[in-house]
Amino acid sequence: MLLNGEPVRPLLGGGLWVSAQATLVVADLHLEKGSAFAGAGALLPPYDSRATLAALAQLIATAAPKLVVCLGDSFHDAGGPARLSADSRDRLASLQRGRDWCWLVGNHDPLLPASLGGEVRHELKLGSLRLRHQPAAGEQPGEVAGHLHPKASLRAGGRRIVRRCFVSDDRRMILPAFGAYAGGLDVLAPAFRPYFPGAFHAHMLGRAAVHAVPRRRLESG
Amino acid sequence: MAESDPSLGYLPAIFADWFRVRGWQIRPYQSAVLAAAQAGHSVLLTAPTGGGKTLAGFLPSLIAVSECRQRRAALHTLYLSPLKALAVDVARNLQQPVAEMNLEVSVEVRTGDTPAAKRQRQRARPPDLLLTTPEQLALLLSYADASILFRGLALVIIDELHALLSGKRGELLALGLARLAGLAPQARLIGLSATIAQPEAALAYLGMAGPALHIDGGKGPLPAVEVLASQARVPWAGHMAMHALPEIYERIRRHRTTLIFVNTRFQAEVIFQALWRLNEDGLAIALHHGSLSVEQRRKVEAAMVAGRLRAVVCTSTLDLGIDWGTVDLVVHVGAPKGLSRLVQRIGRSNHRLEEPSRAVLVPANRFEVLECRAAADAVADGELDAAGQRRGGLDVLAQHILGVACAGPFQAGALFAEIRRAAPYRALERREFDRVLAFVAHGGYALERYERFRRLKTLADGRHAVAHSAVIRQYRLNVGTIVAEPMLAVRLAGGRELGKVEEYFIEQLRVGDTFVFAGEVLRFEGLREMSALVSRAAGADAMVPSYAGGKFPLSTFLAERVRRLLAEPARQGKLPEPVKEWLGFQRWRSSLPRVGELLVETFPRAGKQFLVAYPFEGRLAHQTLGMLLTRRMERRGLRPLGFVASEYALAIWGLKPVPEVAALFAEDMLGDELEEWLVESNLMKRTFRQVAVIAGLIECRHPEEQKSRRQVTFSSDLIYDVLHRYEPDHVLLQATREDAASGLLDLRRVADLLARAQGSVRHVALDRVSPLAVPLMLEIGREPVQGEALEELMGEAAEMLIADATRLL
Repeated sequence: MLLNGEPVRPLLGGGLWVSAQATLVVADLHLEKGSAFAGAGALLPPYDSRATLAALAQLIATAAPKLVVCLGDSFHDAGGPARLSADSRDRLASLQRGRDWCWLVGNHDPLLPASLGGEVRHELKLGSLRLRHQPAAGEQPGEVAGHLHPKASLRAGGRRIVRRCFVSDDRRMILPAFGAYAGGLDVLAPAFRPYFPGAFHAHMLGRAAVHAVPRRRLESG
Repeated sequence: MAESDPSLGYLPAIFADWFRVRGWQIRPYQSAVLAAAQAGHSVLLTAPTGGGKTLAGFLPSLIAVSECRQRRAALHTLYLSPLKALAVDVARNLQQPVAEMNLEVSVEVRTGDTPAAKRQRQRARPPDLLLTTPEQLALLLSYADASILFRGLALVIIDELHALLSGKRGELLALGLARLAGLAPQARLIGLSATIAQPEAALAYLGMAGPALHIDGGKGPLPAVEVLASQARVPWAGHMAMHALPEIYERIRRHRTTLIFVNTRFQAEVIFQALWRLNEDGLAIALHHGSLSVEQRRKVEAAMVAGRLRAVVCTSTLDLGIDWGTVDLVVHVGAPKGLSRLVQRIGRSNHRLEEPSRAVLVPANRFEVLECRAAADAVADGELDAAGQRRGGLDVLAQHILGVACAGPFQAGALFAEIRRAAPYRALERREFDRVLAFVAHGGYALERYERFRRLKTLADGRHAVAHSAVIRQYRLNVGTIVAEPMLAVRLAGGRELGKVEEYFIEQLRVGDTFVFAGEVLRFEGLREMSALVSRAAGADAMVPSYAGGKFPLSTFLAERVRRLLAEPARQGKLPEPVKEWLGFQRWRSSLPRVGELLVETFPRAGKQFLVAYPFEGRLAHQTLGMLLTRRMERRGLRPLGFVASEYALAIWGLKPVPEVAALFAEDMLGDELEEWLVESNLMKRTFRQVAVIAGLIECRHPEEQKSRRQVTFSSDLIYDVLHRYEPDHVLLQATREDAASGLLDLRRVADLLARAQGSVRHVALDRVSPLAVPLMLEIGREPVQGEALEELMGEAAEMLIADATRLL
């Protein structure tokens, strides 16, 4: 598909492929969300960072990007990077090897230590695209953002199917959250309206393919 | 003058006079309980409803407390009831002897509704007799002063014990009782129950303070149960029994008060509405089910107590509870599912001991005629089905261990020994206990540890203690084992809340759909945060078929009786003519299922190949079997298209005929196919959610605290996926699998069914549909597609979307 004239491809794994730049974009990894909850008393399985990085590794292995951009909220909280296990740290370093890596900051992780490797930025221009964490108000042609964790619902055979999704009107796009413990917000929720007042497609992550579903076919959830 | 015969127990003169003045005689079993309690035994008392069973339980306490010379400042008797309302009612009834004999005995109730100040006072200065619920006991045990509060406890009375013998609530109570036995070794237990199938299980449950005696108060007359032989034609399918409503209405007119039990909330709604359409006499007919708002339910109950109602259409919300003397008829619409529950429901009518309770069973379709007949015959034979005894849940154990820690430091070995006194945990191994303890302490994860986020710390002397007070707060907020399905409020557009309904029901609605709720036809207007907005749609027909399968599957015992009824023509004499004819046709066209074999029919119809099996193992087991069989067929290239399951049978259809039908049912289905399916099964995820909440991994969602759905920051499904992938042997997944065996997936029955089927599949190849298959065929398309088939549909939906979407990738 063309996004603001730039050829892009929503991948089944939940990342966006920007072909001309050989770039993989992922949003809202929320690494170390499990340990953040553990700090608050809920001892969730401590494997979410491991699972998230494994999924990312798979995506990188198939797409072989020159550049990986993480669209912010890569860590669930400011203490996240410090809590990352040695294994996960090594995994991350190996993913960064041989390619450029860019962390955009998000509201959960406004500061990222240099020790993580890669470059830390607020925004990034990529061809006709502008990458940032939080979608900005008003018309933003070419904006690629995360932050909202879109999911969409669809009725089939009398029941609803709920999936993470990309949202796009061909001008701008919001990516699904990539993190193993990241929840979702329905694309028909009011929070999306300022950015997509008109028609849009939800690119739902199915089992074997990404399905582009027009807004009017979605169910309110 | 006091009685002094030791076999009768010691009954002080004031009590003997009280009985005499009221013109009563102490019943033999009341004396027997008194004697046993006074001799220091725990007791199981089984006696029919209405015979003074509760008084029998309390007599030893009333006597002991009133005879005590100096005022005691300690709790003497703890009474536990599965229902708040029952505790309140019993407290009210106790006031009578206490007042009339002018006894110095204080009686108080403690429930979640008791004001905080009073609850606090009850711990500091307890009454003689405290009447409460299992959850409140767990809470009381979690306070540091529990050992002081219960130090002088003499007696624990457990009412409606049969309702607590199986299930997680009973497991948690058993653990609480074991704790009590540790704190107050002198305390004895009295379990009260109507007749139960396995007194041994109840005796074992009560046996933590030494062996308990069974005192049998007799059975009372057998209930008079009639299967409604409707003048109208018995429908082939359906669950609403509309054909029989005029006859039900006629019965209501002829009786003082009728309780009409149904299996699901939706049946209740539909039947309530339909009865009102017939209600030319303007009889006071009310509705009662768990989704109605509390105020609405209380209003109905009050009207019932006041004797102002002629009938109440109700669900299991009224299975147990306070006695309503005026009820003289119980009508049971639909399949009874299990005998114990049926007998319990029938017992809600006529509390005069010497007369039989009266009940009418109203089958809604032909298979239900068979089930009702089998149930009525079994009741006449005095039979009951036993709840399957399962090992205590590890999630419940985790909750209990945390509760113990909240009360103070504990030594692991001592706690383990104490826990093994609880019947459901008698076979618990130390290794398992240690794993659960590790989960409570730090999550118990193998690969990475949350050392610094521990909930329990280890003291220098090796004892375990809570790490910080937030843990205690969290425990108290989440105590209990009843995990509600996520519910949504149903709200009129004007603002008034009509009640709550399961999220999954609302999820299948489209804006503009109409459905029946709270006795009205409503139009769904959309979701607003945690509410489903609706408007009244009077006059419209409800469009959404709202029968959701009942929670309770056909019991193993009743299933066996139905199979026997079908197999032995001699038993079929009492069946109505159309049903006999139907079975006759089946015998002629195909075959009737015989005892000890699994009948499987195959036939073509409308371009598809059907396979219908008749295991009679309940809807849940059939659904699981359907999922496994379709997977297996897929793997063999048989291209199944779908399946439908009922309580009695299972139909699968596809494009190709099935060769080697018997081989399809090979037992190894429980190996790979099962494992593969379980990993992604939604039912497994739902089971995990319950386990995770009970074990304290994630918190209950308190609806009032949850302002909007956005605050749901993680879902248990995501946790399940990650945990399953990285630590499939984690103790919570083990607990989930154990639940699945008996719960939503009913795996144990699937396994039994397959074991039975080996070498006994009787395959009948037909050239068209058989009479017995018709009811199931009519269900096709009427039932919503089962959750598990969703992924397949995602593919189908995608196909559909290809035409629709302009830019499919």
